[in-house]
Amino acid sequence: MTEHLYKYILGIADNSLILGQRLGELCGHGPNLETDIACTNISLDLLGQVRSYFQYAAKITGDGRDEDDIAMMRKEREYLNVLLVEQPNTDFAYVMARQFLFDIHHFLFLQELQKSKDLTLSAIANKCIKEVSYHQRFSSDWIKRLGDGTEVSHDKVQTAFNDLWPYTDELFHQNEADKAMIMEGVGVDTAIFKDTYYQRLKHILDEATLDIPETKYFQKGGKEGIHSEHMGYILNDLQYMQRTYPDMEW
Amino acid sequence: MSEEQIKNLEERFEARIARDEKIEPKDWMPEKYRQTHIRQISQHAHSEIVGMLPEGNWITRAPSLRRKVALLAKVQDEAGHGLYLYSACETLGISREEMYDQLHTGKAKYSSIFNYPTITWADIGAIGWLVDGAAIINQVPLCNTSFGPYARAMVRVCKEESFHQRQGYEIMLKLCKGTPEQKEMAQDALNRWWWPSLMMLGPTDAESVHTEQSMKWKLKRKTNDELRQQFIDQTVPQADILGIKVPDQDLKWNEERGHYDFGDIDWDEFWQVVKGHGPCNKERMKARVGAWERGEWVRDAALAYSEKRTKDKMNKAG
Repeated sequence: MTEHLYKYILGIADNSLILGQRLGELCGHGPNLETDIACTNISLDLLGQVRSYFQYAAKITGDGRDEDDIAMMRKEREYLNVLLVEQPNTDFAYVMARQFLFDIHHFLFLQELQKSKDLTLSAIANKCIKEVSYHQRFSSDWIKRLGDGTEVSHDKVQTAFNDLWPYTDELFHQNEADKAMIMEGVGVDTAIFKDTYYQRLKHILDEATLDIPETKYFQKGGKEGIHSEHMGYILNDLQYMQRTYPDMEW
Repeated sequence: MSEEQIKNLEERFEARIARDEKIEPKDWMPEKYRQTHIRQISQHAHSEIVGMLPEGNWITRAPSLRRKVALLAKVQDEAGHGLYLYSACETLGISREEMYDQLHTGKAKYSSIFNYPTITWADIGAIGWLVDGAAIINQVPLCNTSFGPYARAMVRVCKEESFHQRQGYEIMLKLCKGTPEQKEMAQDALNRWWWPSLMMLGPTDAESVHTEQSMKWKLKRKTNDELRQQFIDQTVPQADILGIKVPDQDLKWNEERGHYDFGDIDWDEFWQVVKGHGPCNKERMKARVGAWERGEWVRDAALAYSEKRTKDKMNKAG
């Protein structure tokens, strides 16, 4: 039970950790000051959430590791985030498309997690959902602006969606820990909102005058710890201090 | 307006400042007052924005989640300061785009300190402690400056800066109480940031071209040299608590003056950096200009979208 719960928490928190890290790369480089502040703020929210999850994970494992050990001292194969969140900040269209595809799922997921039998997880979900409701509004608005803005922005964001769409299906994959936690009434059965997820995407994409990409093949692996080539570089940054100066207090 | 009328207005204006009344954007003001404020406030705003870069450099590599979150929040505060200051400056009749253009073409300056690189985690501590510390000394008097929007923006900026400074000092404290390797990292950061921080308070009074006029308009309440002395007197005991050494062999408490005596500042280095030849001037400008240029299509899209929505509304109403 503990091992499954631990891995279940990693599966949730690693998404926020890696996406928070990606957004953190953008700080000071946004298209305008307001967007820069917003992206930094979303990163800040996500990393704040990560702290709550990992503090809980540290408590249940009770093996002396703290939130930072869990966040920064694992091997790449032990990170359980989906591939979507590790995709690079190619341009602002990719950043917003990635955010939007993630946020819509994140919101639906937290709605269900609030009902978890695990009171800590439901309390965290309850706190996070307020932030995520803002994230999804922010990214949805930008998808509409970019899609229905200029010809250039339309093409750019369509290209981003075409490239990122194959990563959406993995959001609904269930690994062993997910299945075990669903059985316990702790985890969220994501299958129940899969249709709603794609309907919501379609609704916004329609409004943004964008096409739903015709993808037959989807990518997977992250939830089993098999990541893209980008992941090692993200971890290089994330783990740099902890690896270079092990066992120190900061 | 006749010369006499202008003179009359100027006299009344100076009298208001002397009475410590706030000047508001719609009030009459001498053109020189307007230009001086545009120059100073925009320079201040640019410093906030460029300052995000050296600190942002450590967001992805912060050593713990707590530090990462705190650094993100801090850099976000700097962006927020930029935002109020640009807004305050816009009330003087210049657009944000014009101000960006002045920054990107090198016409407007920003604080030279941000042209130094952040090469270790301790640099993030040193920036908070020293750079924000020097900034506060410069900025606290501005909470009472004569131009209303600037004074009000500074009240908020100073509150947040003082929090940043404590946060920076706390990073240093943790390093100095840590392993010898961590303490060495802290000492190294102090060695590199000390002199540039002293330079931040501006050229010596003899060389400062704007001081006299700025004092009159309460854009300045103390001279650069007075502020520098205040910074040194305040900071040296803090370094003592940390147990690290200020890199100045001539630094010595002067009982008679009631101040620290200190060594010569390398003004050649200061002017080299001000003139664009510091270690990171080119990178900083490249990052700012690059972000602006890469963002053009995004801003165009937002504008086009908003115009379409306004048109829709008008069509519906019509």
